[in-house]
Amino acid sequence: MELNQLTIHELKEKLLSREITSVDIVESVFNRIDQVEGKVHAYISLLREDALRGAAGADQKIQEGAGGELCGIPVALKDILCTKGVKTTCGSRILQNFIPPYDATVVEALRRAGAVFVGKANMDEFAMGSSTETSYFGVTRNPWALDRIPGGSSGGSAAAVAADECIASLGSDTGGSIRQPAALCGVVGMKPTYGRVSRFGLIAFASSLDQIGPFTKDVEDCAIMMNVIAGYDPKDSTSVPQDVPDYRAFLNRDIAGWTVGIPREYFRDGMDPEVSAAVKKAIAVVEDQGARCIDISLPHTDYCVAVYYIVAPAEASSNLARYDGVKYGYRAENCRDLLDMYKKTRSEGFGAEVKRRIMLGTYALSSGYYDAYYKKASQVRARIKEDFAEAFKRCDVILTPTSPTPAFKIGEKTEDPLQMYLSDIFTISANLAGIPGISVPCGYSGRGLPVGVQFLAGHFEEGKLLQIAHNYERHAHIERRRPEL
Amino acid sequence: MGYRGIASVSKNTGVRALTERKWKKRKENKVKIRKEEVEYVAHLARLEFGEEETEKFTLQLNDILTYIDKLNQAETTGVSPMTHAMPLVNAFREDTVISSLSNESSLANAPETRGSSFRVPKVIE
Repeated sequence: MELNQLTIHELKEKLLSREITSVDIVESVFNRIDQVEGKVHAYISLLREDALRGAAGADQKIQEGAGGELCGIPVALKDILCTKGVKTTCGSRILQNFIPPYDATVVEALRRAGAVFVGKANMDEFAMGSSTETSYFGVTRNPWALDRIPGGSSGGSAAAVAADECIASLGSDTGGSIRQPAALCGVVGMKPTYGRVSRFGLIAFASSLDQIGPFTKDVEDCAIMMNVIAGYDPKDSTSVPQDVPDYRAFLNRDIAGWTVGIPREYFRDGMDPEVSAAVKKAIAVVEDQGARCIDISLPHTDYCVAVYYIVAPAEASSNLARYDGVKYGYRAENCRDLLDMYKKTRSEGFGAEVKRRIMLGTYALSSGYYDAYYKKASQVRARIKEDFAEAFKRCDVILTPTSPTPAFKIGEKTEDPLQMYLSDIFTISANLAGIPGISVPCGYSGRGLPVGVQFLAGHFEEGKLLQIAHNYERHAHIERRRPEL
Repeated sequence: MGYRGIASVSKNTGVRALTERKWKKRKENKVKIRKEEVEYVAHLARLEFGEEETEKFTLQLNDILTYIDKLNQAETTGVSPMTHAMPLVNAFREDTVISSLSNESSLANAPETRGSSFRVPKVIE
């Protein structure tokens, strides 16, 4: 085993016993990057020298018996997270030269914990996409099949973990952008409860839905990352002042006596038979562990995508109004006047998908259409949230597939936005309701593509998710494969 | 130059009135959004498209809006719109001075500056 293949907890043990140094790990990760990054393209920018310097500092701290939870561990950051002094593009031409003068709160938290930053991971432009194909900086390829997408929008963060180009990473999830790529790349990905992790310094897409979360090689690492990033932040007025438990305390517990809800709306005809088979096996595993699986209904499931594609673009159209070529970012040349500058800057700076969503959102919020679209969508959203509240009266967690299909081919859905939107059909509901979700690998398709199972729980029940996900991971005996690159 | 901008906005108010009339006819009309509405919305969003792009967006937005029509099947009488996942109350803090970005670092990413300010094309003739 190469060091780049190990988990955070395995590496920590070796670091603390002085068997290896952080410099060894970082060198191993960059060797791997030198070998495979040309094929995968998980990163927009790499921070090789900073990382080596950081690793040397971490080794010093470990020598002194100091250092935080992630001391000396190489971590990748989705390029949507502001990183002081490091180019942060959000996958867009309009921010191609943006160097934030401050750190996102989660970046600060990782620094404090001693993490070493490997680079900024590729993503769909402004996190709008399910395939990482809309990035201005090129497509990321799925490490398991290079002609396929890694999922999105956090495709770079997922692919980097899957290809051992880092040990763990952070992404953001607005409609499934952590869980779907985690499933498609065969890694663990968690979207925490809305308000659990500070969004300060996360470049805004849809403010009522966005949430930051980790990608890791196993569930224990997910708990370690959550311990570092969760918590109230006075700089984010939507973060919730509630105590954060020690998420590691939920590991190695059993789930005997739990009730697991299986929403019938998520198991309809038309789902990929291999995904369906893998998820049904997962149901059998949790039943074997003493959980009772019951049929439940989330009656408004069918409306989730429609609600999302009003609410998210509406919020995006307003959030992205700030990109005007005045204070930072790209500015078009040869403009007649201020209005011309705004229009040219935005038209040249944004890609097609971002423009499509700005258009959709502006239209939905414009005079005469507001009630029919935004108000109606917000009302249906309330009913979706009620569906979950009702369901969690009857069960501890909900189990569903993460994505209706394994990774699809690059270019397969780029010309048909609606088909692309429908690939988030099982993940969007959690963002609309604000509840946490985790995707864990649950098998492979016949072509050897990873499949993920999703667990959902009530607000602030991340501990429950980690408990069942860890229990499942230990007892599912999923063959541990690695992508051949 | 700035007046030209305002003139084009008021010119577009005409387009808006037209779209409101169209909205009333919407139910028997299969087309959700027309090319001239796409052009008007583009102006509101401070975007501009070529002929071909406008047509493509019109088709795609029609597709998406037709799909979104399924919301009308959901019963929402008396349901209060939900705007946030968490019930939010005002988040107050003590009115104390804390450090903020310096003028220099605020300007560091600007495409054009003059002195301690952002520089933009002339707004008023």
